[in-house]
Amino acid sequence: MSKIIMLNRRQILTGAGALLAAPALLRATRASAADATFKIGYVSPTTGPIAGFGEADGFILEGVRKAFAGLTNNGKPVQVEIIAKDSQSSSNRAAEVATELIEKDGVNLLLASATPDTANPVADQAELNEIPCITSIAPWQPYFFGRNGDPAKGFNWTYHFFWGLEDVIGNFISLWDKSGVAKKVGGLFPNDADGNAWGDPKLGFPGPLEKAGYALTDPGRFQLMNADFSSQIAAFKAAGVEIVTGVTIPPDFATFWSQAGQQGFKPKVVTVGKALLFPSVIESLGERGDGLSSEIWWSPSHPFSSSLTGESSRQIADGYTKTTGKPWTQPIGFNHALFEIAADVIKRAADLTDPKAVIDAVAATDLKTLVGPISWKGGPANPVKNVVRTPLVSGQWQKQGDKVELVITNNSQYPSIPVGGELKLLS
Amino acid sequence: MDWINIIIQGILVGGLYALFATGLSLIFGVMRLVNIAHGDLIVASAYLAYGVMQLTGVGPLTSLIAVIPLAALFGYLLQLLVLNRTLDKDILPPLLVTFGLSIIIQNGLLEIFSANSHKLNLGSFEIESIHLMPGVDIGYFPLLTFAVAVAVVFGLQQLFYHSAIGRAFRAVSDDPEVAQLMGLNNRTVYASAMALCLAVVAVAGVFMAIRANFDPSMGPGRLIFGFEAVIIGGLGNLWGTLAGGVILGVAQALGAQIDPGWQLLSGHIVFLLILAVKPQGLFPKGAA
Repeated sequence: MSKIIMLNRRQILTGAGALLAAPALLRATRASAADATFKIGYVSPTTGPIAGFGEADGFILEGVRKAFAGLTNNGKPVQVEIIAKDSQSSSNRAAEVATELIEKDGVNLLLASATPDTANPVADQAELNEIPCITSIAPWQPYFFGRNGDPAKGFNWTYHFFWGLEDVIGNFISLWDKSGVAKKVGGLFPNDADGNAWGDPKLGFPGPLEKAGYALTDPGRFQLMNADFSSQIAAFKAAGVEIVTGVTIPPDFATFWSQAGQQGFKPKVVTVGKALLFPSVIESLGERGDGLSSEIWWSPSHPFSSSLTGESSRQIADGYTKTTGKPWTQPIGFNHALFEIAADVIKRAADLTDPKAVIDAVAATDLKTLVGPISWKGGPANPVKNVVRTPLVSGQWQKQGDKVELVITNNSQYPSIPVGGELKLLS
Repeated sequence: MDWINIIIQGILVGGLYALFATGLSLIFGVMRLVNIAHGDLIVASAYLAYGVMQLTGVGPLTSLIAVIPLAALFGYLLQLLVLNRTLDKDILPPLLVTFGLSIIIQNGLLEIFSANSHKLNLGSFEIESIHLMPGVDIGYFPLLTFAVAVAVVFGLQQLFYHSAIGRAFRAVSDDPEVAQLMGLNNRTVYASAMALCLAVVAVAGVFMAIRANFDPSMGPGRLIFGFEAVIIGGLGNLWGTLAGGVILGVAQALGAQIDPGWQLLSGHIVFLLILAVKPQGLFPKGAA
């Protein structure tokens, strides 16, 4: 080897300069590339006491990922990556994974669903970090007022769609009016975001019930995972309660209901929010699950279809049962709708890399989804700036052959959703 | 009538609390060990019963045939291999080790069984009851729980005062050095005590799991109820522990009657009051 490669000072400097400039150049090319990745973070409970809400997530995500394949923005194809995280039914955990999604994964849009315990902490993190966020499956009052929302100002980065307490109260009252039982109601309101909102004298059940001529026995807030409901049962018995209502997690309702059996308390109508949504819960109650009633936010007979896949409510529910062998659940509609809105936002946003442009697109949403029309532009369905109310009906679990089916028995709040049967009394 | 009913229901819940507390009381009595993982061991044995039921298809009470020996064996090995190494004049090492054990058990259960809550189903027996008088019904299952608690305490009491192993327990408790001089192997005596404790824990876990739902994070809550029952009743006195459980159950039920938000609080208040007035507990060992 006679020729040794010798680098002089000038060459080294040029090389070093290029090396230093490389990241900037690379970044510039990435920004102009056609296949930019838009990351969606999705938080829901798939384990824990409220895992029923996230039970269908695997099925929903599979369908949504397929439908997201051909999305375009400003005429260019968009790669969408969905990162799903489990909240383990805990609000602390939900906040933790939301932070992780924002800081570690660098998501462009956060979606969260299922009870204020998941929606609120995720929305709070999003608002704090100025990341666009859409949430659902939490009545809007605990979502909005639970986060200290000011109706005059609203939030900048977080939007929500679901029904409100006024809807569920209206539904329960007309359900009971038709049943013809004594107007004596017992309330089970735990010490959590939902329980405090539903039992709130101003926002919750007490006021409207009194106006409608119902006497409410509310023994007070109890701790979650309560082991003893004797005092509630005694108070209900003493007041001659014929209707039990409230908003409990499924384990608490199961404990209450078996103790009610033990202690000879036999109400005629039991309409409880949150606890009685899932077929698996009703089945675990055995014979005593037949005849319990609940609010219904989505069902296969809802006259809506998906803007993302074009499937009707019935087709999506049947698809779920066919794929998993399990009966349909209500969160399917809403969790699917979250991704419908995300897809719609991706199509319309002026610049997907700019959070401001993304949230502007969210605010301008006007979409017919699987759960009804969604728009935050300030119509009768927008009680406050960041919230849109969706249709709500109510119904009863009725034994049909060897399984129980949730039948819509009251559609007074939204008559275009058809009823499927009559309410039957428990005793 | 309301108050009679509330007090009766409180007494019956107290039976469950006594089951939580008995094992704790026994261990403290024999080796002055405060087991922070006690609540998690209760939850773990509920999961063990759940697993046995899934595998064999038997009912929760039948599952005890397998769960009690398995739990006892685990207790024996736990004491022999781990906890014996921590026992010394200093009370801090066993506290720290069982605290660590508590975290390991919780996360282990979370990993294996997920955070989903479960319940062991006893069918219609759960909701059947005896009608005493208008407004007062006693459920078969709470009554059975209470009866089992009494039987467990009675059995342990007999074992303690009328058997060779009971004599060994009392000997190592009174003076470990002299007991050793008399030819007792303290290490295996301690291990037997822990095995006995875990057998009671297994019963407590299964009854807890039939009464209400359980999940991996519930252990520390059960530990507090157990602790309070032990302290209220007086350290080292098993009948006192039963009384402590009942007092705690009644206090909670009465608190809940005033306002359900007070349910747990009133139990804690009674505990603090007794601790302030009679730090030895209501029925300390010497007096019994």
